[in-house]
Amino acid sequence: MSEMEKPIVKISCQNLWKVFGRNPQHALNLIKDGMSKEEVLEQTGHVIAVRDISFDVTEGEIFVIMGLSGSGKSTLIRCINRLIKPTMGRIFIDGVDLSTMSGAKLRRTRRHKVCMVFQQFALFPHRSVVDNAAYGLEVQGVEKAQRKKRVLEALEMVGLKGWENSYPDELSGGMQQRVGLARALAVDPEVLLMDEPFGALDPLIRRQMQDEFINLMSVVHKTIVFITHDLNEALKLGERIAIMKDGQIVQIGSPEEIVSVPADEYVTEFVRDVPRSKVVSVRNIMREPELKLYRWQGPKVALHAMSEKNIRRAFIVDSWGRLSGVITLNEVARAIVRHVQRLDEVAREHALQIGPDQAIEEVIPLAASSDNPVAVVDEGGRLIGEVPRVALLLGMMGKENSNDTT
Amino acid sequence: MTPPSTSPNEETETAEAVPSKKITQRPFFQALIWLGVAGFVILLGWLLGDYRGGFYQLPLGGWVNTGVEWLIVNWAVFFDVIKDVTAAVLNNLEKFLLWLPWWSVLALIILLAWRLAGRRVAIFTGVAMYFIGMLGLWDLSMSTLALIATAVLISVVLGIPTGILCAYSDHVDAIERPILDAMQTMPAFVYLIPALMFFGIGKVPGVIATVIFALPPAVRLTNLGIRQVPVELVEAAHAFGSTSSQLLFKVQLPMALPSIMAGVNQTIMLSLSMVVLAAMIAAGGLGREVIMALGQVDVGRGFVAGTAIILIAMVLDRVTQSLGKVRRRAKAA
Repeated sequence: MSEMEKPIVKISCQNLWKVFGRNPQHALNLIKDGMSKEEVLEQTGHVIAVRDISFDVTEGEIFVIMGLSGSGKSTLIRCINRLIKPTMGRIFIDGVDLSTMSGAKLRRTRRHKVCMVFQQFALFPHRSVVDNAAYGLEVQGVEKAQRKKRVLEALEMVGLKGWENSYPDELSGGMQQRVGLARALAVDPEVLLMDEPFGALDPLIRRQMQDEFINLMSVVHKTIVFITHDLNEALKLGERIAIMKDGQIVQIGSPEEIVSVPADEYVTEFVRDVPRSKVVSVRNIMREPELKLYRWQGPKVALHAMSEKNIRRAFIVDSWGRLSGVITLNEVARAIVRHVQRLDEVAREHALQIGPDQAIEEVIPLAASSDNPVAVVDEGGRLIGEVPRVALLLGMMGKENSNDTT
Repeated sequence: MTPPSTSPNEETETAEAVPSKKITQRPFFQALIWLGVAGFVILLGWLLGDYRGGFYQLPLGGWVNTGVEWLIVNWAVFFDVIKDVTAAVLNNLEKFLLWLPWWSVLALIILLAWRLAGRRVAIFTGVAMYFIGMLGLWDLSMSTLALIATAVLISVVLGIPTGILCAYSDHVDAIERPILDAMQTMPAFVYLIPALMFFGIGKVPGVIATVIFALPPAVRLTNLGIRQVPVELVEAAHAFGSTSSQLLFKVQLPMALPSIMAGVNQTIMLSLSMVVLAAMIAAGGLGREVIMALGQVDVGRGFVAGTAIILIAMVLDRVTQSLGKVRRRAKAA
């Protein structure tokens, strides 16, 4: 969102490389000499999994890394908590370099700062739900009573209250992943690494888990790196998305940027079937309000202004520019007949309104429910634009007024 | 970029590759060549059959004799310690089992079976052990049980840590594997005699020989059990900052437990099968009964002793087989 304060960089990956094989340095040199990934694999048997990747994740952000299988995304996320040691490059969390960190320090970081949720859940089958969720705290050496308290909180957060004494094999996939999530949340880490956490679930359950995840994250505020191969998931959850292909990042951007301005053919191919209304935000299709009337103005002034611009509806704002209502030409005319002095005496209080960063999909039901244009207001409630029906239709077809790319 | 566009390329590549393959690379042609070579070697043997030069002879047997003698002289203290410790465990256990009245021991055994394997096995155990008493072999059975228990104890104490070591290091595993093979396939008499030389006649060399034969499954199945723990779980343990001992004791060993217990079960069964052989060097117990019956050609007495061994084997098997599953049952409750 458009916050004024400078975002704090939480995770920073700088020129990460990972080469699998007997002599990674040699393979790395070959690549630097201009050899392609395929040639290196053929000649030396080395696999270049991650190739010169750099990105920053700011605090509290959900950063999605999207790619098909074999694109190196799982390797990349494992480099962040050093489950895999990168061949070259650096990883910083809170400015501390993890790539050179040694045993005890690394363990401390993993215990307190960075937790992981796995695709196949990776629950311990010999432990009950509570004991699974308590694993991180147990490893830290938290004493039993405190451990139990924190674990029960985490389990309640993910909606598993009452299942504490079950075993993983008695739970459905969705519930198993809740345990996986609770295990990570119990530690209360600052960073969550999620390796295709919903990838192994049925589509219906997956969607439900995504919604719950969004709600949960609005409560707990973690910095999240989220891996997925599902574009819809990426668009739904990601504040920013990095698209990976062959170990490289092809494009990093907001969902909207990815869909509206694909960096190359590969991304274009990916996003071709994405409904624009899901990702394009209201900001891109809104227009300047044609006419702003102030609360204290009289109906005669309003009539004059409206007839001059030849419009039938106008928004009313207060002296700080905050939206306070909407009025139609007919209402203005009636107000004049009744000798009303100020517009706020006759204005209808609740105008239809929406935020500038919401997807245009969300405007559709609003626009359908009334003839009035939808007002766009910022976080302070100030009127910053309006979405007339025509703009909405054009926006869905891909013709934005501000940002005309297609 | 998309999968459909790449697959036609592959098809054309393979389509081109087939006709360009030379006749010398066809499997049929290669088999023909190998047959030809084999035929040629046989032909040579037939033509030059008169030349039968000798092998270079290796005096391995002599070396072993020298080595054993050297060990007996110089490592006497070491072997004495092993002997004393083993004898202490074995003799005290045997004394204890024979000091208690039979019904007390029987009750203890039934209780143990009940706790470990449930009611049905407990009933079977009670009946089988009482039957052994009816055959008049109670005391000898207790000696045998003490011998087996001692051998199994030593095997587990040595075997499980060795198995863990093997699971952690491929090098140790590679070295251990042929040694375990040798322990299991070497005819028992071959090490029974040196065992006599090191530990003297009696029960201790019997225990040692039993350990040699029964140890391998404990090592192997511990190794296997730990290696079979899914990679993701090891990864998860690391991701939460486990130390290596936390990984071992909180994840790997508990998950390997069914496999380890299967190994212990195997160890018990194998050690029971050594009972008769061990009796040949005066280890006593039911084995002695079998040997004496053999000497007197007393078929009935041999059969009775054999039956007792079988019953003990079945009891031990049923009770220990459920060891790995006990935890599962506790879970459901």
